Amino acid sequence: MSLIRATNLTKTYRVGDVDVPAVRGVDFTIEPASFVAFVGPSGSGKSTVLNMIGCLDHPTSGAVSVLDTDVAALDRSASAAFRGKNIGFIFQDFNLIPVFTAYENIEYPLIMVQNWPPAKRRDQVRALLQAVGMTDQADKRPDQLSGGQKQRVAVARALVAHSKLVLADEPTANLDHDTAYRIIELMRKMRDELGTTFVFSTHDPKIMREAEVTFTLEDGRLINHGEAAHG
Amino acid sequence: MAKLVQLAARNLMRYRRRTLLTSLLIIMGVAAVLLFVAISGSFKQMMIGQITDSMLGHMQVHRRGYVASIESLPLNLNMPPSLVGRIKQALDHEPAIAATAPRVKFGAMFSNFTETTSLRVNGIEPAAEAAVLPLLAGRQLDGARGGPLLKRGEILVPVLVSRGLKVKAGDTVVLVATNKDGSVNGKTFVIRAALESATGPGGRDGYIHIEDARELLRMSQPEVSEIAMRLKDPAQVDRVSANLEAALSDMKNKEGRSAVELHSWERLSPFANIARMIDVLTLAIKIMLVSIVLVSVMNVMVMAVYERIREIGAIAAIGTPPRRILALFLSEGLMLGIVGTVVGVVLSLGIIYALNVWKITFSFGQQQGLLLAPSITLQDVITTAIMVVAVAILASLQPAWKASRMDPIAALRHV
Ligand SMILES: Nc1ncnc2c1ncn2[C@@H]1O[C@H](COP(=O)(O)OP(=O)(O)OP(=O)(O)O)[C@@H](O)[C@H]1O
Ligand SMILES: [Mg+2]
Repeated sequence: MSLIRATNLTKTYRVGDVDVPAVRGVDFTIEPASFVAFVGPSGSGKSTVLNMIGCLDHPTSGAVSVLDTDVAALDRSASAAFRGKNIGFIFQDFNLIPVFTAYENIEYPLIMVQNWPPAKRRDQVRALLQAVGMTDQADKRPDQLSGGQKQRVAVARALVAHSKLVLADEPTANLDHDTAYRIIELMRKMRDELGTTFVFSTHDPKIMREAEVTFTLEDGRLINHGEAAHG
Repeated sequence: MAKLVQLAARNLMRYRRRTLLTSLLIIMGVAAVLLFVAISGSFKQMMIGQITDSMLGHMQVHRRGYVASIESLPLNLNMPPSLVGRIKQALDHEPAIAATAPRVKFGAMFSNFTETTSLRVNGIEPAAEAAVLPLLAGRQLDGARGGPLLKRGEILVPVLVSRGLKVKAGDTVVLVATNKDGSVNGKTFVIRAALESATGPGGRDGYIHIEDARELLRMSQPEVSEIAMRLKDPAQVDRVSANLEAALSDMKNKEGRSAVELHSWERLSPFANIARMIDVLTLAIKIMLVSIVLVSVMNVMVMAVYERIREIGAIAAIGTPPRRILALFLSEGLMLGIVGTVVGVVLSLGIIYALNVWKITFSFGQQQGLLLAPSITLQDVITTAIMVVAVAILASLQPAWKASRMDPIAALRHV
């Protein structure tokens, strides 16, 4: 049973009178617990694909289902609820809540998105702080953390509510090379431990080599079909 | 919920100076309104008290047409005993009335045997008058205090007249009056005391005993010019007015119209207009407060939403329900309103307390050394607070709504 299934997925933006095709009828499936990268040059449609999987954007035509849900059919609050329940997000520029500590940022989805009881919440946040190696920095605010540390917190936040899928659009683009590598390592470690599916995008060749499955986009089309990078 | 409030509070503290300035604006607005209400209210209450408790009473009954020509104190519009008796009966049936006092009013010449001036004179029943005008006794500047207001043969003279004619308590003076048939009569009186002037109609009147007045005017029967009333609760004027209006309506004159007229102090005193002005000013300053709160809170919230567009995009993307985002920004506005209100209320209560401790006095017209005793009712505080907080929420509504409807992708891409 595939986790994600896209069929003839198409997205065309309309800018003024001009149609800008961003994604032109792609088909792919992603299996549970896989570690997947979408790669390709700038403007090839990576973000657009990830946004449609994450039900942040609606396809112009075609279909995408996540966990057997036709996410394109969800309305505003239904899609928010679906994301809150099933999908974690990691952003290129971290997007932590600046007035919250690392601990509180990780705790945020458990309070504001889901409704966990305090004791359960505390255990879970501590476990994730531990898992991403941020226990010592738990009380620091984002502006007191390095980029890599911020992204560790973001990884923990994406996983804290038992998401089955984590979407990360260019999670390492704002990080130096070593740090970027360690974040990808962390993501894979979390996949190994929790069985969460990670789908990320990158145009960094070294980073894309870390993916187990790679989809290459060019001008809105898939030019390979989920080849395992390590053969 | 607690986390939401915490998040709102921390976000407000993120732009400390802006939050402080906005709160300050609200604080000053709230304090200005409450102080204005307290001070103008106490001024109004005091002036109304002076007018009703030392001159007019709360309401008066006259023969129809008397008030219209009250400047000339017409003797032919007095009420005969039969009418007075029926009016008394009606007044006795109204439980809200605390006391009534009949008066005979007339114009007279006042003379110290060398100089003469004109004087408006009230013939009164001392005990009844004292009950209707509790502050009248206090207006006596010298002479015999305590005991009845005056005895037969005594006169209370307004201080302007006593100074002008250089007479003092104990001096003998003469009143000369023309009765309604045109015959002139005189009578000597002993000055009991000089009366301090009061602002308003009747503030410069003299007082003698009602029997002396009837004697001077050679009345064949005990007529009355007006009946003044004191109510147990001054706030009931309108209600009592309506009751009495109905009770007195069956007293018809020859033309079939009501023979008597009822006036509340408001219709008899020009100060009622000043009181109304104060109410209008209070309303105006409240409207200003509402605008200040509306504009300043809305300004802050619009800025807050604009500055945090990407943050809003992120929390929306990870699944925060739109209504929670709405609640988050609403609570920021609400908090601004609450903090401003609480501090503003505390500040103004402190100032009101201080004003009462320092005993500020002021003068109004002829009256000096009036003590300003500002006070504010719990109701005023609560309505002002509710108003400010409600407006703060209202002002946050549009920005908060906008934040909750934001498209996560567009918001995340915002630079
Ligand atoms: N909101 C939009 N309106 C119009 N055109 C858009 C919009 N979003 C994306 N596009 C266009 O769609 C195409 C794909 O964009 P997308 O952001 O998915 O590329 P990408 O592969 O993520 O690129 P990058 O590596 O630079 O992030 C581009 O040509 C882009 O200009
Ligand atoms: Mg992109």
